[in-house]
Amino acid sequence: MIEFQGVTKLYDGAPAVRNLDLVAPTGKLTVLVGPSGCGKTTSLRMVNRLVTPSSGTITLDGEPTDRMNVAQLRRRIGYVIQHAGLFPHRTVAQNVATTARLAGIDRKTARRKSLDLLEQVGLSASLAERYPWQLSGGQQQRVGVARALASDPKFMLMDEPFSAVDPIVRGQLQDEFLRLQREIGKTIIMVTHDIDEALKLGDQVAVMREGGELAQVATPRELLVRPADGFVADFVGRDRGYRHLGFAPIDNGLKLASEPVVQLGASPAEAAEAAIDGWVLVCDAAHRPLGWTDIARLRGPVREDDLNLSSTLAPMDGSMRELLDAALSSPSGRGVVTNTDGTLRGTIALGDLGGILAPLHRTGAERHS
Amino acid sequence: MNFDWLWRESDMIFDLFVRHLWLSAVPVAIGLALALPLGWLVHRSGVWRGPLLNLVGLLFTIPSLALFVLLPWFLGTQILDPINVVVALTIYVLALLVRTVSDGLGSVPRETLQAANAMGYRPLSRLLTVELPLAIPVIAGGLRVALVSNISIVSVAALVGTRQLGSLFTQGLQLQFLTPIIAGIVLSVALAAALDALVLFLSRKLTPWERRPA
Repeated sequence: MIEFQGVTKLYDGAPAVRNLDLVAPTGKLTVLVGPSGCGKTTSLRMVNRLVTPSSGTITLDGEPTDRMNVAQLRRRIGYVIQHAGLFPHRTVAQNVATTARLAGIDRKTARRKSLDLLEQVGLSASLAERYPWQLSGGQQQRVGVARALASDPKFMLMDEPFSAVDPIVRGQLQDEFLRLQREIGKTIIMVTHDIDEALKLGDQVAVMREGGELAQVATPRELLVRPADGFVADFVGRDRGYRHLGFAPIDNGLKLASEPVVQLGASPAEAAEAAIDGWVLVCDAAHRPLGWTDIARLRGPVREDDLNLSSTLAPMDGSMRELLDAALSSPSGRGVVTNTDGTLRGTIALGDLGGILAPLHRTGAERHS
Repeated sequence: MNFDWLWRESDMIFDLFVRHLWLSAVPVAIGLALALPLGWLVHRSGVWRGPLLNLVGLLFTIPSLALFVLLPWFLGTQILDPINVVVALTIYVLALLVRTVSDGLGSVPRETLQAANAMGYRPLSRLLTVELPLAIPVIAGGLRVALVSNISIVSVAALVGTRQLGSLFTQGLQLQFLTPIIAGIVLSVALAAALDALVLFLSRKLTPWERRPA
C-alpha cells in the first residue's frame, strides 16, 4: 500500500499538489489522471523522492518514506517513464539486469532473470544483445517495463508509460501490461493524461484538477456512472453513457440467432440460399467469421474482394460495448458474436439489443440515488 | 634529401622521436587525469559553467615560448629541464579537455539520468558507470585534438634546448641543410597520425554501442 497523507508541494509558494490524501491499495493499479499541470507527475515523483514534498507524509506499507535512505527507497520501487530512458551504452539484457544488480543480485542470476523477463514482456531472446537504438519505440518501452521488474519490487511507479508510441502499439502494450499485472499483482501508481487509458487500466482512478487538487477517486465504472462534479464529468468525456457499457460483461445466457454461413469459393446460388436480407456471413474452414458479403453485388464465386470488412466482432468474454459496436458496425445490422477461440457463436440483430441494454440503463439511475 | 646523413644519424633521430612521443603523450595523460574531475566540477557548477570554461580556455592563448621560459621561474626548475615542457603542455591539454569533459557529461540524455536516479543509483556510481561511459565519444574527440596540437607545440621547445624532433628544425636552420627539417616534419606527421588513429581505435573499442555505418 502506498499512502499520501495531507501531501502538499509548493513551487515558489504556488501549490502544484494541494493537501493530497490518497491510498493506492496493495496489488492494485491506481491511475492518476488529469489535464496537464494538475500535479499528477509531481505527485508520482514524490513517492520515490525525485521531488520532495513541502509538507505531509507518504508511506509504503505504513513506513514513512522521508525516513528512509533515498537510494534504498528508490531500489524498492520499479520506475517506468515515457521514453523508457534506457541506458544507451548497455545491451537490452544489461539494461534489464540493471535494477537486479543494484539490488545486490549476482551477475549470473541477474542475467538469467533479465532473459526470463524479456520473454515475459513479449520480446524475443534474439534482441537481448542489441543496443536500445536498434529497437522500436514499443520494444524499448517493453524493455523499460522489464527493467523495472528485474529487482522484483513490490511497488511500481509508471509515468505516461505508453504515451510515446503509436495508437496501435499502445493498445497492444496496454493489453499485455494488464495481463502481466494480473500475474504479478504489483502495487502500482500510473500517471496518464489519457482518460481512456485510465479507464482501461485502472482498478482505481484518481482524477486531479488544475491546482493539484484531487477531484474524485473511484473505480472506472463509478467514474462514468457517478462523476462527482462537472469537472470530472467533462474530463471523463461526452460519450460516457456509451463507454460505461465497456464495464458491463456480456451475459452468458445471451440469446443469439444461429447464422447460416458460406465459405470462400461458394457459388452465388449457395450464397443467395444462405443469405438473410441480402447479406451472407463468410467464414473460414475453422468456422471463424471473415466478413459479410452483399449477394446483390456477387458476380461469381465468393472471393476475398467481395468481403465487407467494416464490422467488428464481439467475443463472448467481451463487454456490452463490444456487442453494441458489433451490431452497429455490421452492414447486415446483425452483430457477430464469437466464442473465445474466435469461432462463430451466433448473431444478434441491432433491434434486439434495446431490450438487452435497457436493464443496464437502470444502473444509470444510481446517479440520483 | 641526403639519405647518407639520415642513415648516419638514425640513432639520434630515433632518440628524438621517442622523446617527442613522451613529451607530447605524457602531458595528455596527466591533463586527462586532471580534466576529468575539473570538467565534472565545471559541469556541476550551474551558472558558473560558462565563465569558468572561458577562463580555462584563455590558458590556451598564452604563447608556448613564454610558458617554456617563465615556468622555470615559477617551478624552481632548470631552463633545460623537460618538466617545464611537460607542465606547459599539460596546461594546454587542460585548456582543451576541461571543456570537452564538461561537454561530454552534458551530452548524456536527460531521461537516462532521470532513470538512473529513479532506480537508486548513488551519485558516484552514476558518474562512473553511466555518465562517463556515455561521455567517451566526446572526450575522445577532445583527446585527439589535444594530442595532435601537443605534437605540434612541443617542437617549439627546441628553442629552449629541450631535445625532440623540433631539434631537427633548429639544426637544419643552423646548418642551412634541408634533410633534417624534412625528416622532422615527416616524423611529426606520422606520429600525429599514429596517435590519432590509436585514440580513435580505443574509443571505438570502448563504445561498442555507438551507431556507425557498417
